[in-house]
Amino acid sequence: MTTLPARRLRFAVSDSLVLTGRALAHAVRQPVPVLVGLLFPVLLVLMFGYLFGGAMTVPGGGDYREFLLPGMFAMTVAFGIEATYTAVASDTARGVTDRFRTLPMAPSAVVTGRAAADLLHSAAGLAVMLACGLAVGWQWRAGPARALAAVGLLLLLRFALIWVGIHLALVLRRPESVVALQILVWPVGFTSNAFVAPETMPGWLAAVAEWNPLSATVAACRELFGNPGWGGDSFAAQHAVALAVVWPVLLIAVFLPLSVRRWRHLGR
Amino acid sequence: MPVNGPTIDAEGLRKRYGDMRALDGLDLTVPAGGVCGLLGPNGAGKTTAVRVLTTLLRPDAGRATVAGADVLRHPDRVRARIGLVGQHAAVDEVLSGRQNLVLFARLHHLPVSRARARAADLLDRFDLVDAADRPVGTYSGGMRRRLDLAAGLILDPPVLVLDEPTTGLDPRARAQVWDAVRGLAAAGTTVLLTTQYLEEADQLADTLRVVDRGRVIAAGTPDQLKTALGGDRVDVVLSRPDDLDRAVRLVGVAVGAAPDVDPAALRLSVPVPQRVTALAAVLRALDDAGLAPADVAVRRPTLDEVYLRLTARDAPDTDRTVTA
Ligand SMILES: Nc1ncnc2c1ncn2[C@@H]1O[C@H](COP(=O)(O)OP(=O)(O)O)[C@@H](O)[C@H]1O
Ligand SMILES: [Mg+2]
Repeated sequence: MTTLPARRLRFAVSDSLVLTGRALAHAVRQPVPVLVGLLFPVLLVLMFGYLFGGAMTVPGGGDYREFLLPGMFAMTVAFGIEATYTAVASDTARGVTDRFRTLPMAPSAVVTGRAAADLLHSAAGLAVMLACGLAVGWQWRAGPARALAAVGLLLLLRFALIWVGIHLALVLRRPESVVALQILVWPVGFTSNAFVAPETMPGWLAAVAEWNPLSATVAACRELFGNPGWGGDSFAAQHAVALAVVWPVLLIAVFLPLSVRRWRHLGR
Repeated sequence: MPVNGPTIDAEGLRKRYGDMRALDGLDLTVPAGGVCGLLGPNGAGKTTAVRVLTTLLRPDAGRATVAGADVLRHPDRVRARIGLVGQHAAVDEVLSGRQNLVLFARLHHLPVSRARARAADLLDRFDLVDAADRPVGTYSGGMRRRLDLAAGLILDPPVLVLDEPTTGLDPRARAQVWDAVRGLAAAGTTVLLTTQYLEEADQLADTLRVVDRGRVIAAGTPDQLKTALGGDRVDVVLSRPDDLDRAVRLVGVAVGAAPDVDPAALRLSVPVPQRVTALAAVLRALDDAGLAPADVAVRRPTLDEVYLRLTARDAPDTDRTVTA
């Protein structure tokens, strides 16, 4: 005999696995968008690395592609928010979410299943990017432990963005509105240190770029991978790794409770 | 679950959206077994009522039990005993029909092998075997609806709630859904079904509740509603257009009520309190005036007439509640 809390926990885990499996089945049924999602960042790497790369300089010297790759890893992770949004908004718009809510399943599984699937998806995307990076001459130069820590920070950012995506999807509830999200994600992505050093930007933009959560993760990854960064002596630049933890934790602290509230609000 | 007592018992349900009272003190009692129809125009509050009864929505006031469990205090127990087929097909469009059913069966905590077996059963029962492994996105509206219905029946729930299950379906698909619902009711499932279609209510429902502006304004079997609300009617069809005006006056005087006139069909129709004396009076009046009608008949009102009278927006007596 298992106790009630133990049963609950078991169902919470198994229901969440079932929903993760559902997301994977989607990828098998519709491989094209998944492949496009995996290969698009590769295209960006080639474009920026070879097409524009010659014109880009890294303050303090250093190879632009070495500089670029950690930025691309973080961009790949950040774009994942669109997948989270689309999946949750489609389910909500189609009534699938309502069906889940009338099943005797663990309610938490709807989001934990989603989160697990999205993390897997992003991990796959990162693996492709790492391979692509190695192919164009990028390397981690500070040992495997620090490289793993960098990957951990990237996935932490992804995990934080899952909650932002879920919250937005439950507020807007329309899968088409992902366009609005894209319009938002791109400027946030580019106003960071992912492609160019903030020092080369006008003053106010540089400040925004330096404090952008994405920049924290990018700078921390450069540090942990031992790739050239722009150094810089601002607070943000000096404490990149700490900020790469603090920013996502802050996002989670805000958006996880908001998502839970929105979820409850579906029943109001 | 108590054996006696109603399967659905709701009292004083209220739900406001801003100024709109989606539910305005809705009471609903549905006995075990059979099909209960919730009939009402668009915006009457049917979906809101269904959402409260299926634990999807918290009412502002009121209480409800479904299959013996309180929707507010024990929503998990209610969920284990009901199946819901919502107004819009709630199935995964990317997955196949079989994958959908296995998914929902797994979320009902059936082990993998039983989930697969159950999915195969249901696909067979709802005539979806040929399309079982195609993505649902390629299904027709009727197939999707049948899959939706199957997904609501994973555990053979004692109570099945269907929200406008045939809206937007072609007649053939509608007939298929009707057959499925009849089969379920015959097997002992209590079905609560909302509809805007009178024909559907007349065909499927053993008992009806007419809902308007968030309240139940009439209840009974379709026959009882026709009797209690419409009374009988006398129809007169004339043979010559010139007779129309005179006939309207004569019939009106004979039965003491103004007839409804359909000039194109040369038809008068008038509600009558007492069918035999009224029929005699009408015939005598027409005969005395030398009018020879093409047809005279006494009939029950159609459900349409009852419904239109009940839900007439500007009628002075829409507030009355009729229980047959
Ligand atoms: N989430 C909501 N927000 C605002 N108004 C709503 C909401 N849901 C329903 N309503 C309003 O409540 C009334 C009843 O709606 P509904 O229960 O969907 O009616 P029916 O299903 O009978 O067509 C309608 O006027 C509808 O506009
Ligand atoms: Mg409705």
